[in-house]
Amino acid sequence: MVVDRRARIGLRVLALAYLAALLLVPVAVVFYRTFEHGFGFVWDSITTPAAVHAFWLTLEIALIAVPLNTVLGVITAMALVRSRLRGKVVLQTIIDLPFAISPVVIGLALVLVYGRNGWFGGWFADHGIQIIFAVPGMVLATIFVCLPFVVREVEPVLREIGDEQEQAAATLGASRWQTFSRITLPAIRYGIAYGVVLSMARAIGEFGAVSVVSGKIAGETDTLTLLVENRYQNFDVAGAYAASALLALIALATLLLMLRLRPRKDQA
Amino acid sequence: MIALTDVKKRFGDFVAIDNVSLAVEDGSLTALLGPSGSGKSTLLRVIAGLEAPDEGTVEISGRDATRLPAQKRGIGFVFQHYAAFKHMTVRDNVAFGLKVRRRPKAEIAAKVDELLRIVGLDGYQARYPAQLSGGQRQRMALARALAVEPEVLLLDEPFGALDANVRAELRDWLRRLHDEVHVTTVLVTHDQEEAMEVADRIVVLNRGRIEQDGPPRDLYEQPANAFVMGFLGPVARLGDTLVRPHDLRILGEPRDGALEAQVARVVHLGFEVRVELELDGGEPLTAQLTRDEAAELELRGGDIVWVRRPGVGETSAETLAA
Repeated sequence: MVVDRRARIGLRVLALAYLAALLLVPVAVVFYRTFEHGFGFVWDSITTPAAVHAFWLTLEIALIAVPLNTVLGVITAMALVRSRLRGKVVLQTIIDLPFAISPVVIGLALVLVYGRNGWFGGWFADHGIQIIFAVPGMVLATIFVCLPFVVREVEPVLREIGDEQEQAAATLGASRWQTFSRITLPAIRYGIAYGVVLSMARAIGEFGAVSVVSGKIAGETDTLTLLVENRYQNFDVAGAYAASALLALIALATLLLMLRLRPRKDQA
Repeated sequence: MIALTDVKKRFGDFVAIDNVSLAVEDGSLTALLGPSGSGKSTLLRVIAGLEAPDEGTVEISGRDATRLPAQKRGIGFVFQHYAAFKHMTVRDNVAFGLKVRRRPKAEIAAKVDELLRIVGLDGYQARYPAQLSGGQRQRMALARALAVEPEVLLLDEPFGALDANVRAELRDWLRRLHDEVHVTTVLVTHDQEEAMEVADRIVVLNRGRIEQDGPPRDLYEQPANAFVMGFLGPVARLGDTLVRPHDLRILGEPRDGALEAQVARVVHLGFEVRVELELDGGEPLTAQLTRDEAAELELRGGDIVWVRRPGVGETSAETLAA
């Protein structure tokens, strides 16, 4: 296709300007504002007990939710692609639900079910387990919002590789587990890796659903995102910027990790 | 020996295999031949254990394998599209079956090298499948299947995805390999030439049933019905009779039982000459002559000739139906 040179340059400028206005400039401003008062101030701000607690809580939630979602996501994807399961359409829709529903609604739904006066909440409370306004609820909320990522990344890869390699492995004497671990898993590993990185980013950055179920108990159920909001609400703008910068750095690290995971050409 | 008894397989409403019984002898090379949808691939997959029959039994080497999973049947399977393990080198592909059997490393290495030499891929050990041509990938797949020393080798349209000249070469090569290795082999193909060239026995399938079963020559010369005749070679229709174009005789003058026809076109194909004729009623008819026969008749477009089918060795749908 021949495109006029000026039109081409114009389109590029437009695209870059759009990106800059919405993404680059705000992020750059956050970093600028963060380090405005010097590095020492930032360090103090992100090493307060509340910030350190929020950081570890964020990691803790992500490290429970992401591995769980990865294992279940791979199993679900296998079920969707390989089995002759009935009701696949229903399953497909359920998996996409977290994409379709606002996180706040997800949080509220969890409160309704697991809250003290909810369907199961009473039972759990009687057994001394608090879910809502505590870490278990926040993990549940994170699992819920991250649910689709691994499934949606692995499913198309499974479809594309087909089941012939698996059948070949079976005819060569491999058990189901050997076939899965030696043939299927290596073939879908990039899909899993993408899914994990995306889940991780979402788990760390999630605000809405976690905010509703956390109860925002300062120093107890504050994750990094909640900390940012908390500080901002309390006119600690500089502190909010510092926490934001930390979040942005984690996001950047996951992104770089994702770029490094691009499959090699000869095996793609 | 492989013995199938009253095997039935349906996919929804579609009957893929309709009551097939078949015995394959040890050390033979049998071709399952048929058009697409004839059930030949399904039948092979039933033998392999990749599909479970709805009814009937599968016996391999004297033991009932009907409920046995594929990994326990002692088979080697070669797929049309190679099914190469893409993330493994050629060496690891071929070694796979031995590795899952936990054989000693030295034994595996020796066996893999030997097999790669047999299939002509010596020196390709460290390559990935993506770096091989189609023919090389299929030879690798064959080495992989042979590595576990299967009692039965099953090939599902193994040359179907390859270029014509590579296909011919591999066909020839498979025949020689089979004469060396002597493993009981079942080959699925829709290509009658391939079946005739490679197999010592052909099973013709159509709509999930066996139409005929026997040595290639018997099937060609004494087809059981019109379908087998049509599937195994070119056919010309003379009235109610089906004949091979090379069995037709063309005469320069009228004779008893000969039909009048006009020559539409004469095509020289080297040793053979194809004569396209038009019968009285306008029906087309093709005859095949040798170059010498055609030269003697001095045929030209527009000539009027008389066509007769030979008195001996004739096969007709009519006599078969009777």
